[in-house]
Amino acid sequence: MTLPEGFFPRIGFIIQNYYGSFLSGVGNTMLIALVSTFIGCVIGLGVGIVQTTPTDKEKNPAAYYIMAVIHFILNAYVEIFRGTPMMVQAMFIYYGSSMVFGIDLSMYQAAFLIVSINTGAYMAETVRGGILSIDPGQTEGAMAIGMTHYQTMTSVILPQAVRNIMPQIGNNLIINIKDTSVLSVIGVMELFYTTKGIAGAYYTYFESFTVTMVIYFILTFVCSRILRAIEHKMDGPDNYELVLSDALTMGEGNYRVRKPESNTNRDLAEKKLRSSAESAIEKGNQREGL
Amino acid sequence: MSEHVIEVKHLSKSFGDHEVLKDVDFNVDHGDVTSIIGASGSGKSTLLRCINLLEKPTSGEILFHGSSITGHDTDPCKYRAKVGMCFQSFNLFNNMTVLENCMTGPVKVLKKNKEEARSTALKFLEKVGMAPYINAKPRQLSGGQKQRVAIARALAMQPEVLLFDEPTSALDPQMVGEVLSVMRQLANEGLTMIVVTHEMAFARDVSNHVVYMADGVICEEGRPEDIFDNPKDPKTIEFLQRFTNR
Repeated sequence: MTLPEGFFPRIGFIIQNYYGSFLSGVGNTMLIALVSTFIGCVIGLGVGIVQTTPTDKEKNPAAYYIMAVIHFILNAYVEIFRGTPMMVQAMFIYYGSSMVFGIDLSMYQAAFLIVSINTGAYMAETVRGGILSIDPGQTEGAMAIGMTHYQTMTSVILPQAVRNIMPQIGNNLIINIKDTSVLSVIGVMELFYTTKGIAGAYYTYFESFTVTMVIYFILTFVCSRILRAIEHKMDGPDNYELVLSDALTMGEGNYRVRKPESNTNRDLAEKKLRSSAESAIEKGNQREGL
Repeated sequence: MSEHVIEVKHLSKSFGDHEVLKDVDFNVDHGDVTSIIGASGSGKSTLLRCINLLEKPTSGEILFHGSSITGHDTDPCKYRAKVGMCFQSFNLFNNMTVLENCMTGPVKVLKKNKEEARSTALKFLEKVGMAPYINAKPRQLSGGQKQRVAIARALAMQPEVLLFDEPTSALDPQMVGEVLSVMRQLANEGLTMIVVTHEMAFARDVSNHVVYMADGVICEEGRPEDIFDNPKDPKTIEFLQRFTNR
């Protein structure tokens, strides 16, 4: 195998010979990014929910002080992991865990752990903001029908908050896809580390990293489009159907005996609707015929 | 003797140094339709929010069927399930359809099964004329429609008392009419209601008890004909003059 001359032939050569390595790099990068973003979101949701839980000092002083301690710990977590570089955290945790605690983390365990708790720290603030951004009227509406704080959160606030923070979740996923590259410092075989190996073999740094650049862009672009589609789906349809037929409104319960005349009124109204729809279609057909 | 449904005793509420309610006393009996009128900032809404425990009274007591609900040992959720509330800004759940809005309370709070909750919800949505819209989301409705759904949501809990906090203040005149006619119907059916309102015609024609508030105190209360035709307190006279002269 000899390296061809010229930029494009070289790129062709690299892809042809190393597509397997690229693919496994992409696989590792995406696996770490997706799983860690998911775990990070779960952590963030948990921390965000705890931080926005109200406690009544007079009613339950014990719970109030326990919560104060928990709040302090969670704030410390958020501040420390937001305030230090992930590359440094990677070194610190990977080497520190075995030296101080005697826990021998594998590279991948360390990778998932670091990216997850890092995402969690960012997501915690995002979730907290998302919850606080929901109109207090929503909480009052739920409280007014007797819902507990837990019920209000799970069925009213969080569904709306999660929808509102979807763009931020997407942002975090994209950041994670790119930032897994810093895990190369602890030897994780993700896309960046793999590329370094490929580039070194024939000394083709520019060509190899051109390929990798394109790959990273495709990954993030596809992900951002998919998330946009999910957001769109969460919003539901723009239209709603009027329910005019009796079949649906009656449902399972026979909640009232319907008077015969009201029935005929409905039938009439429906017939009218139907006939006007039919005539409209006819008109359309005629126009097309002309 | 007849027992009062709600008794408010020496109720005071301050926000910081600002005293919004000063030693308020009043009672609501079963089947009463009480209108609370008064200028903005007179403490009407705060009084109503205290009755539903959305605000914590600074001092004083509120009794529901003779037992205090302002103490530490009452569960506000259980109490609120019996005393419904409709808001000026509707506060419908934006993530749910009209039908889901009216089913959540009965299912989550009253632990009814879904079929039962659905048929109750439909019954009340039909009553407020919103049955065709069960699949719509709140953002797709007009203000008047939202308020009618909010009323159906409160009714679906089958409350003993229903509180209205300026239910028509955010609506245009036509929508005001459609909401008031629903409330009129409820009043005729004997539902116990406390209504904070600027609709003097409603207060006069529909309610059987009118409370006029100014500066955090009840200036005058009584039967609507007494308050509107024969007000005694100079503040009430001035307030009502401004309304009738419009």
